[in-house]
Amino acid sequence: MIKTENLTKKFGDNLAVDRLTLEIGEGEVFGFLGPNGAGKTTTVRMLTSLIAPTGGTAVVNGYQVGRDDYDIRRTVGILTETPGLYDRLSAWRNLTIFATLYEVADVPGQVEKYLRMLGLWERRNDEAGTFSKGMRQKLAIARALLHEPRILFLDEPTSGLDPEAAKLVRDFIEELKSEGRTIFICTHNLDEADRLCDRVAVFKTRLRVVDTTKGLRQQMYGRQVVFHLAETAVPFVTAVQDQPYLRRVEAVDNKLVIALDDPETYNPYLIRQLVEAGANIQFVGELRHSLEDIYLQLVNQA
Amino acid sequence: MKKIQTIIRKEWAEVFKNRLVLFTVAFLPLILTALPLITLALTKSYAGDLSSSMNTGSTEFFGDMCNGLSEADCTAVYMLNLYTLMFMILPVAIPVTIAAYSIVGEKTARSLEPLLATPISTGELLVGKMIAACVPAVAVTWLAFLIYAISARFMVNAAVFAEAMKPMWWLAIFVVSPLLTLLAVSVAVMVSSRVTDPRVAEQLSALVILPLILLVVGQSVGLILINEQIILLIGVLVAIADAVLVYLSVKLFQREAILTRWK
Ligand SMILES: Nc1ncnc2c1ncn2[C@@H]1O[C@H](COP(=O)(O)OP(=O)(O)OP(=O)(O)O)[C@@H](O)[C@H]1O
Ligand SMILES: [Mg+2]
Repeated sequence: MIKTENLTKKFGDNLAVDRLTLEIGEGEVFGFLGPNGAGKTTTVRMLTSLIAPTGGTAVVNGYQVGRDDYDIRRTVGILTETPGLYDRLSAWRNLTIFATLYEVADVPGQVEKYLRMLGLWERRNDEAGTFSKGMRQKLAIARALLHEPRILFLDEPTSGLDPEAAKLVRDFIEELKSEGRTIFICTHNLDEADRLCDRVAVFKTRLRVVDTTKGLRQQMYGRQVVFHLAETAVPFVTAVQDQPYLRRVEAVDNKLVIALDDPETYNPYLIRQLVEAGANIQFVGELRHSLEDIYLQLVNQA
Repeated sequence: MKKIQTIIRKEWAEVFKNRLVLFTVAFLPLILTALPLITLALTKSYAGDLSSSMNTGSTEFFGDMCNGLSEADCTAVYMLNLYTLMFMILPVAIPVTIAAYSIVGEKTARSLEPLLATPISTGELLVGKMIAACVPAVAVTWLAFLIYAISARFMVNAAVFAEAMKPMWWLAIFVVSPLLTLLAVSVAVMVSSRVTDPRVAEQLSALVILPLILLVVGQSVGLILINEQIILLIGVLVAIADAVLVYLSVKLFQREAILTRWK
């Protein structure tokens, strides 16, 4: 659905996107993570034919950026970083204009569908300028969907929204995903990326890493199991230490943190051994690093 | 075509929600309709004084124009012509604000990016914007001119009226004037797509258009004494200039630069 090769954008001497190579499949929800100024918006603008790459190639929906720009614009939907609504015009009018520009066959039908879907139907005749930030964002999302694009670019869809509005938008994205649309989301919200995205990329001018969030965790930290004991864990390190399937054992207060590749197979042995050594096990759990840990580590690498 | 229509309707919906802009569209034509009628009414009562105060030089000056009219009538014709000339260039002044705002205004309101992300061509966008700016100005001018012409009919005698409303002037108002308006609007749109501040766009457009108007006025003052051919010639020249300017404004419109330039 989206394929880039060495996609590059320079603004004068300023390298914003450096040789980005990516492949995103149909129906995939792809998270594009990166700090401010990483080049996320620039990438989205290139992939939606708003600005031209200075190097490399990109194919979106089978159309080549720079050659089939009309077809790309016609078939993708974009939520721009700022909603950019016509404040003096009503919600209805705003959407009608864009439905026509997107060559939608049934303009009133589509406009009504998305106004209702996003809970704006009652306010359809109000000027967009009177809307709250969350409503504006929803209107802008509706605007991106009028022509039923198979590929959707969302540039920070929940930034600045309160938790309830953000959840609403997230649920809506889930719904779009279930319709089989390909969704490219730029975000700073790691929790959101963790929950919504099939795969994420960590990006800062260059691509740092692409994987599923699960894969990233494993790749960076391996898998870790925590044994919570009733007593201090230090004496039990020696009891398990020599097992060949362990990568690392560490005692922290009452907790024994053990890194290993296949906990499903080896945890029962470990538990037996610890009990035999006299440990009183209270809980056993997998230690999950937050995506934030992973992200911060990747972004702060040189 | 549908997309152009959409742009035009959108522009009008936005512009006409702004009372101040509406006022600038209506104000000049109102003044320009009232002014000649008032002066006509006044001149009528002072006609005698006026003609006696004319020296012989000015009689010669009017000579060609007033075949067989009295000096007072001739003065009236001259004045009416002057006003018609004003009507001709009036719509040039009205749409500049709207046109100068058209692109850079959307840029500062951030609505340009979603707009350019749609499959609209540059030509459709700009032509829509230009028509949207031209039509109200021309329409309101025509309306004002008709009111003026009808009222004038009752204020001057038939001979003067016939002389002052020669076909040449109808040509000027209904053909040359819209062409001139398009000239100003295309210049303003071009300026609007190359600056980053709407205020600069307006000032700069005015600056570019002003000499243009002066040129036309300067030429046209002579016209009052001359004939249809010159008006036609001006019409043709302006039409050619229009075609070139509209073409250039589309050709020189750089989507990316407009979207990303910040200074
Ligand atoms: N028009 C421009 N001219 C010059 N440099 C630009 C321009 N637009 C973006 N840049 C530069 O490109 C880099 C990437 O910017 P971009 O807006 O793509 O970042 P981003 O990842 O979207 O950041 P944010 O999270 O803050 O939205 C930045 O260093 C920025 O300064
Ligand atoms: Mg951004």
